Amino acid sequence: MAEQEKEKKKKSRKGGKDDSKYVIYLEGVNKAYSDANGVPALMDINLKIKRGEFVFIVGDSGSGKSTLIKLLLRELTADSGKVVVNDQDLTKMKHAQVAKFRRTLGVVFQDFRLLKDRNVYDNVAFAQRIVLKSEKEIRKNVPNMLSMVGLAGKYKAKPKQLSGGEQQRVALARALVNKPTILLADEPTGNLDPRNTNDIMKLLEKVNENGTTVVVVTHNRDIVNTMQKRVITLKQGVILSDEEKGAYIDD
Amino acid sequence: MINTFFYTLGQGVKNVFRNKWFTMASLATISACLFVFGIFVAVVFNVNHIVKTVEEGVSVTVYFNEDVEQERIDQIRELVTRRPEVYRCDFISADEAWAEFSKKLGENAEGFIENPLEGSENLQIYLNDVSKQGELVGYLETVEGIRKINKSELTANTLTGVKAVVTYVSVGMIGLLLAVSIFLISNTVTIGISVRKEEINIMKYVGATDFFVRAPFVFEGIIIGLIGSAIPVVVLYYLYNAAFAFLQSNFAFLNDFISYVPASDVFIYLAPASLLIGVGIGFFGSFFTVRKHLHV
Ligand SMILES: Nc1ncnc2c1ncn2[C@@H]1O[C@H](COP(=O)(O)OP(=O)(O)OP(=O)(O)O)[C@@H](O)[C@H]1O
Ligand SMILES: [Mg+2]
Repeated sequence: MAEQEKEKKKKSRKGGKDDSKYVIYLEGVNKAYSDANGVPALMDINLKIKRGEFVFIVGDSGSGKSTLIKLLLRELTADSGKVVVNDQDLTKMKHAQVAKFRRTLGVVFQDFRLLKDRNVYDNVAFAQRIVLKSEKEIRKNVPNMLSMVGLAGKYKAKPKQLSGGEQQRVALARALVNKPTILLADEPTGNLDPRNTNDIMKLLEKVNENGTTVVVVTHNRDIVNTMQKRVITLKQGVILSDEEKGAYIDD
Repeated sequence: MINTFFYTLGQGVKNVFRNKWFTMASLATISACLFVFGIFVAVVFNVNHIVKTVEEGVSVTVYFNEDVEQERIDQIRELVTRRPEVYRCDFISADEAWAEFSKKLGENAEGFIENPLEGSENLQIYLNDVSKQGELVGYLETVEGIRKINKSELTANTLTGVKAVVTYVSVGMIGLLLAVSIFLISNTVTIGISVRKEEINIMKYVGATDFFVRAPFVFEGIIIGLIGSAIPVVVLYYLYNAAFAFLQSNFAFLNDFISYVPASDVFIYLAPASLLIGVGIGFFGSFFTVRKHLHV
């Protein structure tokens, strides 16, 4: 009896049997910001993403896309419901466990978020140092990653000497160098011109083909419509639609 | 683990040079606060020293009835010495009193064959605290065998007043200094944080532990605190010695009444206190500043 109980607990912490094949599993998730007068940012969100999927999240400004990403990063915690990422129940996770959990994720943002006073190499190496990789490994992994994103020649440059597209590649290299199982991207091409946008999207597709689950928030209709991926549309905090090979939905 | 330690230590050192403007501002703030603190401590040390010197020279002299035996005098001396406010009690025999007095008279003393101060044997009583002089005199007046009590009420009252002022000014100045330095330092830290906030955020997103995020900042704070406290200590040491020499040569007439505390006696306390305060400010300043941004 006691054994069964223990087993049950273990399962519930890991998210149970049903959702173990999903790397992202949300069930009845609600989230309201404390200073938003009770207006919820997300309402009753149910969402399952399998390992190796490529998913677009679209929707109007303020529909809750970034809030969703922050829940997956455990930057925010859900008010109710269940958020399981990489078999970890984020609603029950303690602050001390968050760092380890985040190492299984890669994340990029619209504003790149590079360390301005460090060069390209150090910006990428930074992520490896945090997980205590040896300098020998770092010297091998960082150049590999930089050539993957097409920046092998610019390892000495400081962020401000790079174009927006190049900066986003550095951010992408940093996000991927620790080999995350999931890559989260919140409007990664929001500041880029169409050419750079295409290049970054191609990179994301390549990353996905190598087995990483990719979740991309975007406002770019053309990209969504041409890439023919799964599209989840949010509207005022609820999921309006969730379609395989979907298209960008207008009002 | 050793690697992490050296990496974070290295990052802390690099931070000092990376954010030059922030480093300069923090150094200036800590140095300025500790410089004022040092001057204040040096002045208080010397005022206390001077007060103490003068205080030790203030004595109450007790003369005895003519029929009093030496035995009773020794008894009285014993009683007086045991009182808590008494620091020292010396017996001066009539011969000693005359020897002392004739030194003052010089040649004029030669005419005397017999000791003219026969019966002038006395007790010289020195106090721990001149404000207790009245208390002691009150007691002495009740003691059998005493003819006369000489006291210097004016000196005692003045010293008591000076000591009270020094105490109030010390407490007030330390309070003021503390308030000003906390204000200045929290301002500097707040300005510096805009740069840090982004960096801490990025570190947290990549999966850095709280320790890993915090350690370089704390090292940086300690380094800045150390340098920021060493600068005023060194500058003050030279200033102090210069002032010491200047006062002794240019105000030589004061040397008979006043002596100053030598630099080593002040700095043996001031240097470690300043370093401790500097490192403490650096440590706690960065520790708590970073803490606010760890929950990302
Ligand atoms: N820190 C916050 N405090 C209070 N309300 C917030 C906060 N962040 C977001 N909101 C609100 O929550 C709702 C969802 O915001 P969110 O940032 O998730 O939108 P979004 O879909 O990412 O929009 P955008 O496309 O403009 O980035 C909005 O109504 C927004 O005003
Ligand atoms: Mg957003």
